[in-house]
Amino acid sequence: MKRYIIKRLLMLIPVLLGASILVFSLIHLAPGDPARTIAGEHASAQTIEKVRIKYGLDKPLVTQYWIWLKQALRGDFGRSIVSNEYVSKEILSRFPNTVELTLFSMFIAIVVGVLAGIISASRQYSLLDYGFMGIALFGVSMPVFWLGIMLMMIFGVFLRWLPISGRIDIMIPFTKITGLYLLDSIITGNWEAFISSLRHLILPSLALGTIPMATIARITRSSMLEVLKQDFIRTERAKGLSERTVIYKHAVRNALIPVVTVIGLNFGLLLSGAILTETVFSWPGVGRYVVKAVQMRDYPAVQGCVLFFAFIFVVVNLITDIIYVYIDPRIKYQ
Amino acid sequence: MKSKGILVLLLISVLVLGTTMLALAQEKVLVFGSSGDVSRLDPADATDGESISRMDNIFEGLVEYKAGSTEIQPCLAESWDVSEDGKEIVFHLRKGVKFHDGTDFNADAVVFSFERQYNPEHPYHQYGEWAYWGYMFSDIDGMEKIDDYTVKLILSEPNASIMTSLAMFTVCIVSPANAEKYGEDAFKHPCGTGPFKFVEWVKDDHITLEANENYWRGRPKVDKLIFRVIPDPSARLLSLEVGEIHGMEYPNPADFDRIRANPDLVLMSEPGMNIGFMAMNNGYGYVDANKNGVKDPDEPLEKTPGYFEPLTKKEVRQAINMAIDKEAIVRDIYMGTASVAKNGMPPFMLGYNDEIEDYPYDPTRAKELLAEAGYPDGFEVTLHVMPVSRPYMFDPPKIGEAIQSYLAAVGIKVNFYQVDWATYLQETEAGMHQMCLLGWTGDNGDPDNFLNVLYGLNACSIGTAGNYAFYTNEENQELLTKALRTYDVEKRAEYYKKAQELIHEDAGWVFLAHSNQNMVFRKNVEGFVLHPTSRMFFYPVDIKR
Repeated sequence: MKRYIIKRLLMLIPVLLGASILVFSLIHLAPGDPARTIAGEHASAQTIEKVRIKYGLDKPLVTQYWIWLKQALRGDFGRSIVSNEYVSKEILSRFPNTVELTLFSMFIAIVVGVLAGIISASRQYSLLDYGFMGIALFGVSMPVFWLGIMLMMIFGVFLRWLPISGRIDIMIPFTKITGLYLLDSIITGNWEAFISSLRHLILPSLALGTIPMATIARITRSSMLEVLKQDFIRTERAKGLSERTVIYKHAVRNALIPVVTVIGLNFGLLLSGAILTETVFSWPGVGRYVVKAVQMRDYPAVQGCVLFFAFIFVVVNLITDIIYVYIDPRIKYQ
Repeated sequence: MKSKGILVLLLISVLVLGTTMLALAQEKVLVFGSSGDVSRLDPADATDGESISRMDNIFEGLVEYKAGSTEIQPCLAESWDVSEDGKEIVFHLRKGVKFHDGTDFNADAVVFSFERQYNPEHPYHQYGEWAYWGYMFSDIDGMEKIDDYTVKLILSEPNASIMTSLAMFTVCIVSPANAEKYGEDAFKHPCGTGPFKFVEWVKDDHITLEANENYWRGRPKVDKLIFRVIPDPSARLLSLEVGEIHGMEYPNPADFDRIRANPDLVLMSEPGMNIGFMAMNNGYGYVDANKNGVKDPDEPLEKTPGYFEPLTKKEVRQAINMAIDKEAIVRDIYMGTASVAKNGMPPFMLGYNDEIEDYPYDPTRAKELLAEAGYPDGFEVTLHVMPVSRPYMFDPPKIGEAIQSYLAAVGIKVNFYQVDWATYLQETEAGMHQMCLLGWTGDNGDPDNFLNVLYGLNACSIGTAGNYAFYTNEENQELLTKALRTYDVEKRAEYYKKAQELIHEDAGWVFLAHSNQNMVFRKNVEGFVLHPTSRMFFYPVDIKR
């Protein structure tokens, strides 16, 4: 197992290298000029030229990549062309926001999704099953943008229960430690901030969690149905075990593998930012950052983000694979 | 005994809660919802509207605009004298003004703020791109200190637009001590003399400013000014409706009726300092070999890549002007949030020629003109359509479609061409288009900043053109240059009026619209005045309870 993990971690090197070459060529192939973006729409040719030289954009592509790679190996992803700030700092200042949103929405998605899936499967073709699956279908096909605005209208404007946008009430004094607002407010014992950031977290998490929730519910249901048809379930029922024990103790565990796969994939996706949700709810996460970086042709920022996301993806996948072993001891990695 | 303890605890908590609530209630905090985050907070090194609107409340320049106009009034300079040859301006500085870091505002600070931009040897020159310097202030040869409260600005040539340029954010005065303290990172710690002091910047979330207690005009009326980033316009409006924010920029025109129907909100609309147009490539430009921004005698005219025979004919361009119903476009596509344009700059500017009569919407006459020019059956032409919406061009694809159908009615078949925004600008500046949709938002409020940069011969340089019609009339350029060298306001206006006549007659553009700038505030916010340059000054603003 240890050797397996080390092997997988070593695999990171070719993956990151490949990703960096790919994104480097793609973004440079795309039309547009970062020097122009910084110098402004009205800038003179000389100014643009000056900016190009300053950021090394006048050098051949291979040289540019080599310079960047040498710096990156030392852990320096360079400064953003647009903001003149270190790219690593830009990403790390936003990443906790994305992590908090992802964790919270996946929590909702997993709890509701898995439960709905199990109940649907154990009462196949019942009203409850149709109800849950109908909602799930609705959830999968709903545009997040629209859902977000609807949630705001209902809970923010008409009922006035929850705030519409932002991370926390800006009037509440708050000390950042980890950047995870809930955690930070617990550490500092700032309960006002805790409640405020929790309230701000609910609507975006619901919007972001709906699609994974629906997917998880559907996968859980079909996987459960598969398992429930198997011989050992019949044996258990024949042994006289209660239906509850059969389903929650034996069937669920066997049905979880595909569910965990889906959860892992969704986690990876959400951690690389959820641009629509972040835009609608004014959530300062990495998704909005990377999209803006692409629009502005902020090469160092885009490269830094993509590498970072590739890293996160590989790690999340590895964790998913490790979890398989705990769910199904028959799985062994060499 | 136990209940007594609880009672005491309860009393204390009520007291604490009460005082905090009282403190909160006393503090006046204005929260403004903006569409994006800032990039850099150094006035000389920012080109985006978001950064500028924050800095307008932190920094000040030697001169400033009067509220709601592009006229100039003293600010950090109390007065100034222009030398006879028009090449030197001496500024007498205001005494007793302090930067937010407590250091004195004086001649050294003024020289520092200017010199770091134009002198490559200056130790702080390396920390910025100074994008606007080369473009707006290239006529400045230097800024010199005469004594602690007097400075002299030296120009290479008389430049009548320099005073309005000096009201731009680019030449706001920054604290040298602060620059020294933070060096390369000074752009994250802005420090000026303005009504608000910088407190914090949480990226992509908000920027907080607080009242400058020692502001030389007196303390501002609100205690805190917070700019929150809410990128989605619908979410911004919802936040305003529930009172999470007090004001917002860029409302959706589709929401205007809803805003007007809400008694708690006020929609503010003013003509903006912009022009949206369709440019028709006249066919010739020049290559600015020495990159001086002027067409020199040794730089001959040559065909642009987008040269297209029919558009080189004046009759054809006039016909196209007559074939398009601008009023309908403004009414239906701009949804009434703009006014029809007949000249290439907005009507409130110096030298605007109101006597010019716009081309009427007359498809029949347009057809006749086309026949006279030798195109009775029309022709096929390509139109570059902007991929993004700009303040001057609301929904370019829809405008393109409208133009397409109007021109089809007179026999001209229009093909669309679309490409990403950065490439779009590159291609149109290189003259690769036949016709293109574009426009301009003014920088400093001076007519030179419209007429010379958009319609002059000097702006026809292939690759860096601002004259997208490649309109190469020499007489027009002469008028524009003379106007720039003339400090006499009335004479200057005359030159500009004449130039607009030429531009109208030769019809290189279809001037479509000047769009309004719109902002929404809650009813209890008072004192905000829209500025033609779209800059935001919150000093006079107050929140009524």
